[in-house]
Amino acid sequence: MLQFLIRRILYMIPTMIAVSIVAFIIIQLPPGDYLTTLVASLAAQGETVDPARLDALKDRYGLGQPVYVQYFKWMKGILLEGDFGDSFGWNRPVSDLIWGRLALTFVLSLASLLFVWLVAFPIGIFSAVKQYSFGDYIATFIGFLGLATPDFLLALIMMYISFKFFNQSVGGLFSPEFQDAPWDWARVVDLFAHLWVPVVIIGTSGTASLIRIMRANLLDELRKPYVVTARAKGLPEWKLLFKYPVRVALNPFISTVGWVLPTLVSGAAIVSIVLSLPTTGPLLIRALLQQDMYLAASFIMMLSILTIIGTLVSDLLLAWLDPRIRYE
Amino acid sequence: MTTDVKASPQPIARPAEHEDRGFEHTESSVSVASQWQLMWWKFRKHKLAMGGGIVTILLYLVAIFVEFLAPSSPGVIRADYTWAPPQGLHLFRQTETGSVFDPYVNGYSVEIDPVALKRTFVIDEEKIVDIGFFIKGEPYKMWGLWEMDTHLLGSTDVDLPVYFLGADRMGRDLLSSLIYGTRISMSIGLVGVIVSFFFGIALGGISGFYGGAIDNLIQRVIEFIRSIPTIPLWMGLAAAVPSDWPPLRVYFGITIILSFIGWTGLARVVRGRFLSLRTEDFVMAARLDGANEWTTIWRHMVPSFFSHIIASLTLSIPGMILAETSLSFLGLGLRRPVVSWGVLLQEAQNIRSVATAPWLLIPGLAVLVAVLALNFLGDGLRDAADPYNR
Repeated sequence: MLQFLIRRILYMIPTMIAVSIVAFIIIQLPPGDYLTTLVASLAAQGETVDPARLDALKDRYGLGQPVYVQYFKWMKGILLEGDFGDSFGWNRPVSDLIWGRLALTFVLSLASLLFVWLVAFPIGIFSAVKQYSFGDYIATFIGFLGLATPDFLLALIMMYISFKFFNQSVGGLFSPEFQDAPWDWARVVDLFAHLWVPVVIIGTSGTASLIRIMRANLLDELRKPYVVTARAKGLPEWKLLFKYPVRVALNPFISTVGWVLPTLVSGAAIVSIVLSLPTTGPLLIRALLQQDMYLAASFIMMLSILTIIGTLVSDLLLAWLDPRIRYE
Repeated sequence: MTTDVKASPQPIARPAEHEDRGFEHTESSVSVASQWQLMWWKFRKHKLAMGGGIVTILLYLVAIFVEFLAPSSPGVIRADYTWAPPQGLHLFRQTETGSVFDPYVNGYSVEIDPVALKRTFVIDEEKIVDIGFFIKGEPYKMWGLWEMDTHLLGSTDVDLPVYFLGADRMGRDLLSSLIYGTRISMSIGLVGVIVSFFFGIALGGISGFYGGAIDNLIQRVIEFIRSIPTIPLWMGLAAAVPSDWPPLRVYFGITIILSFIGWTGLARVVRGRFLSLRTEDFVMAARLDGANEWTTIWRHMVPSFFSHIIASLTLSIPGMILAETSLSFLGLGLRRPVVSWGVLLQEAQNIRSVATAPWLLIPGLAVLVAVLALNFLGDGLRDAADPYNR
């Protein structure tokens, strides 16, 4: 297990480097560089630009030097000093802006993942055991609908319904009185009271596909001879079900986290924009629209790294659950 | 889905028409039938897939005849019809002698809110606007080629516009926009899938055919791309599309960005097929026969999994449509004057507009229908294309 763990963590390093390169390419994509944008935005505000400051910035980001030098300077700042560069849109260091939002994104994605599991697991088992029953058809129908509805559309519909029929807005993650309050127990409770709406919206499509997977896996398992044997021996039906087939069917369930997690993070980004949640989404889109590239790229990089770490955790879980993977 | 079909009991009694024509269950007709014929017979039994196929064909027909089907063009701004509600189409009119076929819609009357001084439109049962088929209306260029001015449906009075599905903030007709959007949304899925198909078949083919180090590298790249959350990445790439590009170039730029991530799924399918076919006897025979690699791949291997590829292609169109819709909705994708479903949904971005004009959500319904139809169609095709699953 230890060997597997080390190998898996070593594998992750090139992926992380690749992510940082992709993020850096995104910084480079818009025409012009950071400095010209900064000068332009300062000039637009009617401020004069201090040449000494320009030179300092030039030196800091390696502007005017080859691209790889710029990349290494950016990486060095992040790794050694936790400095992601400056956001000129906010006129503050990027690191001031991202951590709080990333933490909330993480909470939101994790909560959605738990929701997906908790809902998909029993419904998937039910659909497989009662194949072609009325409930199975309902689950299948809702599953297809959930897959076909874009997250943001669901968010819009939820917003409309709650506005129209309950006369309240569902946006945000905190009540107004907790908006800027320091963290305490009451604020956490308030967060969870608001969290369920985006969690349900983000989790729907993931739940839909996991139900399909769970159902298919369990159906395959239920047709195996050992199930027939166990039933012939007179094992009670529920014990028969949970003792082996469900446990075997659970493996792919966990391994799918690897691709469910990226979709959840994606979904969280877009749903947050619609519901204006204080997570990464709204800030990311603003940064992109203003071409505030250091901020945008830092978000994209950190979101990807969080996802990769999440995938790693799911791989480890799977290895712990299924010895075949450990010894491969 | 595959498992469902395996498990479903084979119907014992076949419909009479099949018996009459004597195919499907008579050994001789099955053994001489072509691969495509076998697929069609199997596909036809899949009711949901047939339905999905029909809806898909209808959607693409709409996409082809957009100019003729739309009552007006999507860019026409009529400021005096801001947020006019949908006018239901009545086909029959009540007269003393009974109901006659004479389509009409009820007109609007304007109410002014005394507090907010806001104008709202209400449907007025008293007013009647005559609707005609094949009426002369706004001139347009069919497929950009020749001048026409016949529209399928429209008001017979040029000065009285009709809004079957309501109007948006600028008084633009939602139905016309929706029909024009069908062309863009449905085609961007198709074009995107074709572009990713070339990436996918090339890289997946190389990966599966040669194996070894190249395979390993390509697989790592695919894993990497799949592990990044797509929407933030797409957003980052789409934001780099310069805002001064002409609409057509933006369209292709966005398509390429979508395919840049979309190819991975197809590459995996192609690779898997290549891997399993590489050891098949007929491939070995072709090699021993002295066929070169090119011939082996294109003459012998590709035709044997082509049907499967088509199914995978169909299943990846919805993803493209959803991605384009999301990007345009966020304002990072297509922009007016190009109209797609996502561009239309952008109007519904804030709760104010949705509360005033809930019909702005209708393009979302179009997305839903298109994605469902393509999913069902693709599922059916995949089941039909699998020769081991009869």
